[in-house]
Amino acid sequence: MAWFKRSTKGIFTSTEDKKEAPDGVWNKCPNCKKALHYSEQVEHKYVCQYCNYHLRVGSKEYFEIFFDDNAFAELFGNLTSGDPLNFTDTKSYKDRLVESYKKTGLKDAIRAAHGKIDGQDLVIACMDFNFIGGSMGSVVGEKIARSIDYCIEHKIPFLMISKSGGARMMEAAFSLMQMAKTSAKLALLSKAKIPYISLLTDPTTGGVTASYAMLGDINIAEPGALIGFAGPRVIKETIKKDLPKGFQTSEFVLEHGFLDFIVDRREIKNKLSTFIRIMNN
Amino acid sequence: MNTSFDFEKPIADLQQQVEKVKQVAEKTKVDMSATLKELQDKIQKTKLDIYNNLTGWQKVQISRHPERPYTLQYIEMICDDFIEMHGDRTVKDDKAIVGGFGTIAGQSVMIIGHQKGVNTKMRQYRNFGMANPEGYRKALRLMKLAEKFNKPVITFIDTPGAFPGLEAEERGQGEAIARNLLEMSVLNVPIICIIVGEGASGGALGIGIGDKVYMLEHTWYSVISPESCSSILWRSWDFKEQAAECLKLTADNMYHNKLIDGIIKEPLGGAHQDPKAMAETIKSQLLTDLSELKAKKIEKLIDERIEKFCSMGVVVED
Ligand SMILES: [Zn+2]
Repeated sequence: MAWFKRSTKGIFTSTEDKKEAPDGVWNKCPNCKKALHYSEQVEHKYVCQYCNYHLRVGSKEYFEIFFDDNAFAELFGNLTSGDPLNFTDTKSYKDRLVESYKKTGLKDAIRAAHGKIDGQDLVIACMDFNFIGGSMGSVVGEKIARSIDYCIEHKIPFLMISKSGGARMMEAAFSLMQMAKTSAKLALLSKAKIPYISLLTDPTTGGVTASYAMLGDINIAEPGALIGFAGPRVIKETIKKDLPKGFQTSEFVLEHGFLDFIVDRREIKNKLSTFIRIMNN
Repeated sequence: MNTSFDFEKPIADLQQQVEKVKQVAEKTKVDMSATLKELQDKIQKTKLDIYNNLTGWQKVQISRHPERPYTLQYIEMICDDFIEMHGDRTVKDDKAIVGGFGTIAGQSVMIIGHQKGVNTKMRQYRNFGMANPEGYRKALRLMKLAEKFNKPVITFIDTPGAFPGLEAEERGQGEAIARNLLEMSVLNVPIICIIVGEGASGGALGIGIGDKVYMLEHTWYSVISPESCSSILWRSWDFKEQAAECLKLTADNMYHNKLIDGIIKEPLGGAHQDPKAMAETIKSQLLTDLSELKAKKIEKLIDERIEKFCSMGVVVED
């Protein structure tokens, strides 16, 4: 893997263009409905400055938030989904993939990269919800597995940013086995005593919660994220009762002992950088 | 043979004919043995024809037959001794997962499995085989105990899914399953897993990481049930047959896709037609594997176990 070697020599290239937002690009905060100018969003790390709502963003934004000068080497960027089951529901999986490539400009629901956080090495694998609901198929599992191998080989801490509706049904049992694959790799990372930080963002549910997202040395979350195993609708149908307010939010999951802390996106780089410094010391 | 499904109707019809012929023979004292023999042959041929060509959905139906043996029944038929153990030492004893130490042909093992109920009352007691987090944590406690005393672990998988309840979420259903996946992948004893009924998603996988993973011939294993898949992808409950085909959830499909290590043949018509024969087949498979796995160095076994699961998945690399 020639490409692999290049990134280990420490040649970091910013693969993202620093796009200046065209004037007049506004978004409405989904929570308080106030208008947010694109430049304000960038400035506030995609958090609404009026109500602190954390906008749903993807790998591009998270890499920008965490990596020094937005410089990083993307890892395993050449992986795309196969269609092992030749799956067709109301649409063929192949068509869904092609549509998603066009719509998102992404190759799958995850990107991985090696960069620096306040001068310290860090590998981040970050899910993209826009790509088929951030669903976990073979590419997601494989990129996480390879990222972990990379972290073990180079002794670099691993940050996993989860944002997913769960399994990718169009890969059926192949998708299920990504839970086994990623968990097995995390067991090896743990044996190598390399720190694993799991950041759960809105939403993190299903098979992702039941594998890598819950296996961090520290599990942390952004405020107000939906975090759970079963979806709220399914639970409601099962217990035939309304769900309590705040059920399956980050705050609820913290209160029940499954998170170490909740952190505002505007503080997160600083806090994780400190954590990594403590661990590396 | 008792038949219960639509697709078994040709067999039921022929069996009815046999009964009629027998009655006529009785009444008229005419020798009808040639006719009977012909009918019996036809029944046998029809059975083979039906059970060797089941669709995905038909297998799902068989896997859910209420008379199929469940974990405790298998344990009773397979083990010389068995001591059931209870509780996760934290919250409670989950009745949907059972486990304990036992012996099979003189060899000590830890057996853990989902448990469904055998009648209406027991089905509720067992929560229909849907475990809460404490079930997975009980399973892990028992596996750790097996590891401590160097006994192989055998799991029987049969669940419509991990329980999607309010308290399950409060007590970390996701974390409990995730922990098991991690711990099982590096457990220092051999693990053999058998899907004996339904293998639904994370709830099944939560006790499903093994050196050998088998499916009984008429079981299913996938990331979602065909009904839920239908409701999500087709936005209707009416496409379960189609969903079952798409999911490629049968033992044949799973073996073909290298997601399991083997298929264990069921008695003709399914495990419920002859539980004893089914248990015998399982027992002999277990004995073969136990001697193979116990002979291997544990470090090598774990490396191979991890490698096997890490090789699952299909990606395109350009
Ligand atoms: Zn707002």
